[in-house]
Amino acid sequence: MTVAARKIKKPLYAVIAACWLAAPFFLGNYQLDVLNNIAIYALLGLSLNIILGYAGMFHMGHGAFFAVGAYTTAVINTTWGVPVLWLLPLSGVAAGLFALVVAKPIIHLRGDYLLIVTIGMVEIVRIALVNNVFGITGGSNGIFGIDAPSLFGRTISGIVAPGDYFYLVTAFLAFTITVFYLLEHSRFGRALQFLNQDPVAAEGSGIDTARYRLAAFGIGAFWAGMVGNLYASKITFISPESFSFWESVVMFMIVILGGAGSIPGVLLGAFLIIGLPELFQGLQQYRLLLFGIVLVAMMIFRPQGILPPAPRSYGVAEDDGENGGQNSAQDGASGGEVRP
Amino acid sequence: MEQFFTQLTNGLAVGGIYALIALGYTMVYGILKLINFAHGDLFTIGAYLGLTLLASLALTDTVGAVAGLLVLAVMVMGLVGVIGILLDRAAYKPLRTSPRLSAVVSALGASIVFSNTIMLVYGPSPRVYPQGLLPTHVLDVFGLSIPVMRLVILTTSLVLMVGLYIFIQKTRTGTAIRAAAIDQDAARLMGINVDRVIMLVFFIGPALGGAAGLMVGLHYGQINFTMGWLYGLKAFTAAILGGIGNIPGAMVGGLLLGVIESMGAAYISNAWKDAIAFFVLILILIVRPTGLLGERVAEKI
Repeated sequence: MTVAARKIKKPLYAVIAACWLAAPFFLGNYQLDVLNNIAIYALLGLSLNIILGYAGMFHMGHGAFFAVGAYTTAVINTTWGVPVLWLLPLSGVAAGLFALVVAKPIIHLRGDYLLIVTIGMVEIVRIALVNNVFGITGGSNGIFGIDAPSLFGRTISGIVAPGDYFYLVTAFLAFTITVFYLLEHSRFGRALQFLNQDPVAAEGSGIDTARYRLAAFGIGAFWAGMVGNLYASKITFISPESFSFWESVVMFMIVILGGAGSIPGVLLGAFLIIGLPELFQGLQQYRLLLFGIVLVAMMIFRPQGILPPAPRSYGVAEDDGENGGQNSAQDGASGGEVRP
Repeated sequence: MEQFFTQLTNGLAVGGIYALIALGYTMVYGILKLINFAHGDLFTIGAYLGLTLLASLALTDTVGAVAGLLVLAVMVMGLVGVIGILLDRAAYKPLRTSPRLSAVVSALGASIVFSNTIMLVYGPSPRVYPQGLLPTHVLDVFGLSIPVMRLVILTTSLVLMVGLYIFIQKTRTGTAIRAAAIDQDAARLMGINVDRVIMLVFFIGPALGGAAGLMVGLHYGQINFTMGWLYGLKAFTAAILGGIGNIPGAMVGGLLLGVIESMGAAYISNAWKDAIAFFVLILILIVRPTGLLGERVAEKI
């Protein structure tokens, strides 16, 4: 990134954020609904970014965690009438626990094998939902009549008043960006990026790679579960259709095309992949074809995505007693993954 | 017992189809360490091309059913093989030295391009193969009924597999393919044209996949543009089950998966039929990631 580009970055972000916040004053309900969808996919992309972007694990089954969160909300809300916003953390916890259980045995698989297994996982989840597992998911019909969220006595319907819902989801998006920005720059975030770059060296520097990978899955799934809650209460009706394999591919593409490991990149990716097709309604049937071509072309000409993370620079390290020079790099015997 | 036998023959027929597709995955993986996500769509293209050629050329009327279908199969295999080579040129060749994720994503993009091209050309609704081309009668063996079609499918796939096996094991070109799979650089030093080997692999694999597509069309009668992804994933599972990169492994894995799946559908639950393959996949990767016959690539997993 050039110096000039770095200089205009902050004002540019401020302008974009201002435009986003002002959108309900200019746009109609349909356009606002599109923006809401962009925000939901941006949230999903950001949560996947923890796993795929920072930790570099090829995870193409994120829709499974999204589904667990959405169904948790739907089942509890329609059965016991618990307000949906109260279920936000619970949906996250359910998805996070589910992720910890399913990811534990597969975490050590090498890149493309993990990809295939996560595809298998999301398909199993979808088939389980269709088969009405535990008798609570409503089979292929799904679950109707989920309440809209309500805040301070005001019902925020994503269908009737997308403008209200817009601010709810925007608030959650802002919260998410803040948390994930802090995470990216935390010790934990650095460790994930290190083990992505060089798992052997990371293991040698005392990073428990298996545990960090699992934690990345847990956090990503926790967040996807919360987004599932927002999604279920937005459209008030969910069915296995909403969580097909294709949804997971879309999330994957948002992260890869936008720029894996980069928050602005993922936001841009969500805007391009969810928002752009709306501008070209006439080309509806060629949309996926173009997607595929763009995907291939991007990998050939710009594999790092449109807005890849800026190279990090760190100040001269002061020895804080923890990361001192006593850890020398270990060889492959540390059990880290060895790339051919 | 009768149900068991029915499911066994059914599973073997489906398994033969899985095995043919799995061979394409395993050969490409053996050489490039790439999961060719678009392979399932090449299988679909085979099914659709077969339908088009069958309808437009009327081969079965002019040269008789058996000869006509053989000519048709050769044409489909040749065409799908050429598409395979073009796929490699366009989507994978520029990425030979890139990180693995790039190639995998490119493969996914190619898969999306293929399935949507099929949809745009042939329309989104399922297409039906003309009926009555193949024998429909049922053999009676010791009181057990076996549809002839199952035997035809199983025999055809076994013939193709054995042919491939002999080609890989006994011929000079086959040796070159095996050498390139073990160590590309060393193979190059031995004077093997690795680029040609890759091209050949991208011809043979898709050609076999195309043949499988044609067989599915002829046997089940109905094809649709999304069927490649499920068949592809199951065939990939078969390749992993047998040990990816291992050609006999793909054959054994395919047949085994076909039988497991039809037994599971019959004795456990039909509604979970499609999930069985994925459970097998996850189980095998956790318990024995090298697959059944996968010793050769053990260190690579």
